Amino acid sequence: MQAANGNTVPTDTTDYVTVFVGETMFGLTIDRVHDVFVPAGITPVPLSPREIVGLLNLRGRVVTALCLRRRLGIPGREAGAAEMAIGLEQAGETFALIVDGVGEVLKLGADTQEPVPINLDPRWRDLSLGVHRLDGRLLVILDVDALLAFGDAREAKVA
Amino acid sequence: MDDLLREFLVESAEHLDTVDAELVRFEQDPNNQQILRNIFRLVHTIKGTCGFLGLPRLEALAHAAETLMGRFRDGYPVSGASVTLILATLDRLKAILGDLEATGSEPAGADDDLIGALEKMASEEVPAAAAPPPLPELPPIVERELKPGEVTLDDLERAFMEAPGPDDFAAMDAPAPAFDAGEPAFDSAPEPAAPVQAPERPAAAPSAEGGESAVAAKVQTIRVNVDTIEHLMTMVSELVLTRNQLLEIARRHEDSGYKVPLQRLSHVTAELQEGVMKTRMQPIGNAWQKLPRVVRDLSAELGKGIDLVMSGAETELDRQVLDVIKDPLTHMVRNSADHGIEATKERLKAGKPARGSIRLSAYHEGGTITIEIADDGKGLDLAAIRKKAVERNFAPAADIERMTDAQVAKFIFHAGFSTAKAVTSVSGRGVGMDVVKTNIETIGGVVDIATELGKGTTFTIKIPLTLAIVSALIVKAGAQRYAVPQIAVLELVRVDPKGDNTSANSIERIYGAPVLRLRERLLPIVTLDGLMRGQATVEEGEIVESGFVVVAQVGRQRFGVLVDEVFHTEEIVVKPMSSKLRHIPLFAGNTILGDGAVVLIVDPNGVAKLVGQSAQSGAATDTESEEVEAGDAKATLLVFKGGAGGFKAVPLSLVTRLEEIDASKIEHLGGRPLIQYRGRLMPLVPADPTIAIRSEGNQALVVFSDGDRAMGLVVDEIVDIVEERLDIEISADRSDLIGSAVLRGRATDIINIAHFLPLAYDDWARGPRKTVVKAPSLLLVDDSAFFRDMLTPVLKAAGYNVTTASSAEEALTLLVNNAAVDLVVSDLDMPGRSGFELVAAMRKSGGRLAEMPVIALTGTVAPDAIEQARRLAISDLVAKFDRSGLLAALAEIGEAAQAADARAAA
Repeated sequence: MQAANGNTVPTDTTDYVTVFVGETMFGLTIDRVHDVFVPAGITPVPLSPREIVGLLNLRGRVVTALCLRRRLGIPGREAGAAEMAIGLEQAGETFALIVDGVGEVLKLGADTQEPVPINLDPRWRDLSLGVHRLDGRLLVILDVDALLAFGDAREAKVA
Repeated sequence: MDDLLREFLVESAEHLDTVDAELVRFEQDPNNQQILRNIFRLVHTIKGTCGFLGLPRLEALAHAAETLMGRFRDGYPVSGASVTLILATLDRLKAILGDLEATGSEPAGADDDLIGALEKMASEEVPAAAAPPPLPELPPIVERELKPGEVTLDDLERAFMEAPGPDDFAAMDAPAPAFDAGEPAFDSAPEPAAPVQAPERPAAAPSAEGGESAVAAKVQTIRVNVDTIEHLMTMVSELVLTRNQLLEIARRHEDSGYKVPLQRLSHVTAELQEGVMKTRMQPIGNAWQKLPRVVRDLSAELGKGIDLVMSGAETELDRQVLDVIKDPLTHMVRNSADHGIEATKERLKAGKPARGSIRLSAYHEGGTITIEIADDGKGLDLAAIRKKAVERNFAPAADIERMTDAQVAKFIFHAGFSTAKAVTSVSGRGVGMDVVKTNIETIGGVVDIATELGKGTTFTIKIPLTLAIVSALIVKAGAQRYAVPQIAVLELVRVDPKGDNTSANSIERIYGAPVLRLRERLLPIVTLDGLMRGQATVEEGEIVESGFVVVAQVGRQRFGVLVDEVFHTEEIVVKPMSSKLRHIPLFAGNTILGDGAVVLIVDPNGVAKLVGQSAQSGAATDTESEEVEAGDAKATLLVFKGGAGGFKAVPLSLVTRLEEIDASKIEHLGGRPLIQYRGRLMPLVPADPTIAIRSEGNQALVVFSDGDRAMGLVVDEIVDIVEERLDIEISADRSDLIGSAVLRGRATDIINIAHFLPLAYDDWARGPRKTVVKAPSLLLVDDSAFFRDMLTPVLKAAGYNVTTASSAEEALTLLVNNAAVDLVVSDLDMPGRSGFELVAAMRKSGGRLAEMPVIALTGTVAPDAIEQARRLAISDLVAKFDRSGLLAALAEIGEAAQAADARAAA
């Protein structure tokens, strides 16, 4: 992923890393994506918020893995299905976003961007920044900070 | 702020702290020229540097203090007043330094008051008697080795003399020129100061040239930013983990040619880790530095003579730990000085030396550091503490009575506790000791108190050396591995299924609740697996037969955690939990093991809290043993076998006879077993649902009678009659049991006979009775299932038949249809109809419900709530989590009802 960095021409386009969950294609701004890797050896954390899959070891760092499917409120993938992880960082902490697959990096301008349709599921609406009209399909831009804003006090009742 | 100034600030603060401590020492030992010389030198250094940096205010103050100290050196007698004055001057210096640090420039203000006083004292005539002989020439070598960045007195003197004085500075336009890198701008001084070497870089590398003659073997040191070391520490931790992973891989590959280099890497890493750890270590003396001054000031303020004796100041510990214990230590020393040490008069009366002493010592012990704070004062007044604890309702009175002295002493760590008769400015505000304890516990430390009335008190604090790396036991529960910090683990006990081997430990169950007998004590057991599924109790069907019990102790609570496997102990690097997971009380952090797997670190404190929640601690159940045997500590109990081979017991005072009957004589009437007994028919009730009444052979019975009614309790076998102190350990969530106790080393259920009598005679409870066997029916109304579950066992243990309702509507329906309810305990804040509305509806409906006693549970007691409660004739308002308050309120109602019954019967 590092390759896409470096020689960005200052235009009004943005680079997005595309990820897939089911049939839907999502985009994450590339400057928030630190890593793309295959998750392995996830340690589940009992009593954790349901979005959290567990903890994993990413090159000596403990990373909190959360599942995009669960975050979006869609059913989990079948056992044994391929998964990929996107390394995200927020406030000095590293998170791994578990997705079904990772696609290419797209350079998109503002001309294809649309606001989030108002009839979108509220849960999705809160997590999206907009939608890009691409040839033959749509790309939902995810708000990384919104993605990572969950848990905490809401789940504190377990205590 | 430029670097030079910053270094000056750091250094001066250290110097001032040292001077503080040294001065106190000097006051006690005025003839010790070495101390004086040391003080003098430090103040001189400060003065010199101040002048150098263009800080006239600081310099003038330091100069005045130095002058007075110079007089000491000349033999002027050291008085308390003069030391106080100098200490006050040091405080002023510190204040100015503080401002300087905050703003980057010396604050405006005048110090004429202090300077005047210092000069006045310095110019006073030396009393004739103390006229000193001329002092011998001071030896040129200072008493202690120079720290880095310090220069010898000679250098300083020279530099100082050659540097422009404050007057020169004042005359200059820019009194604080910014010193650029390298040589300071000496040119601006009126005279070129050519040969000066020393103080222009006060905190840099030791000035080798200047000091070479005086100090031969200087330790080379540099100042390093703490963040740098922290980062280094993190990196080393990562390295350790990587090394562990490599070792794990090498273990799996037989042919590896890596073995030798890997071994080497392993050693280097270990050494590196140790080295970095060392850089984080600081002598505990750093935390003590301020204490002599604190004690001196206190002793003046309180009018007591107090000596502070410190030993082991060089004991090193992690700076993170040091930071945490600094304040608690200071507080405890203050506390000892204020409360511990008696006034001089009292001390003399008690035949003790007039001056009290506080002994502070620190030493290493295993992986922990032990700090003792001992005073030779009056000791803790345990009787007063007991009384206070009862007054403040820290625990049920009966509990407190039974506590050991050590347990009682620990009440002083309770929030809101203070036995000092008057609040002094020093302590006695009831804040502090609880904070002390909390602070120490947050870093995995423990505090113990040993006290003897009239002799003194010793606080012993044990804390881990470091927090970054802990020794942990790696265990497995379910499919997961967890790390349990070694510090909380007392021992490991292997448990096997019952029956395989009689000598082995096995877990016994009391209505599903697993317990383990461990040296004559019952240890409540939780399964780690269960905890991880969010349940502190163990479900009936679950297999908890074999594995290991990790016996842990947190505070006064001791419990066992059942795990499937125990692997080994490992030094683990504690990594903090993600912010998303920090709310889970069970985990203290996580770590990466040698095989690269992430495991969670179990927080024993969190587990203890969960165990406490479900086991209802000991408080409620202990009061129950009281009810069984009316306050008598010893109870005579009949022990019998009943149901699933478990032992049960009943107070012998309730038993009328023991019988062994011919099973063939048992008759069944209307499906109920009966026997002809002394010319009457006596109903038989099994002591446990699992007991089958025998049809042949002999059947053992325990006969209870009341007036002309009798009941036979069917048991498997009568075992023994024991007289033992009844210490009920766990309250069982079951109406036929009061709880369990260890009798003759066996876990035994104490049965609640009140449960069985109504089974024999439906109307028994209403019949005339001599013994207290009535079980009033209580309706508990609360919308929270958690709360219902929590209170039900407590109420059952208190002898009530409990029915629950989750809403006001449900409660009303129950009340109207169920004539058996005697009283209502209701939550006030419920969704839908509130508790008040429920009671209002009851009162309106008239008849029985209008008069039924009601206890209301409330989160907050507001005045209008009290008013409303009074209008609705609610018997009592009890705070929602005040269990003992609720039981007391219930007992009150019970007494009133009995009195009414008695009147009705008469």
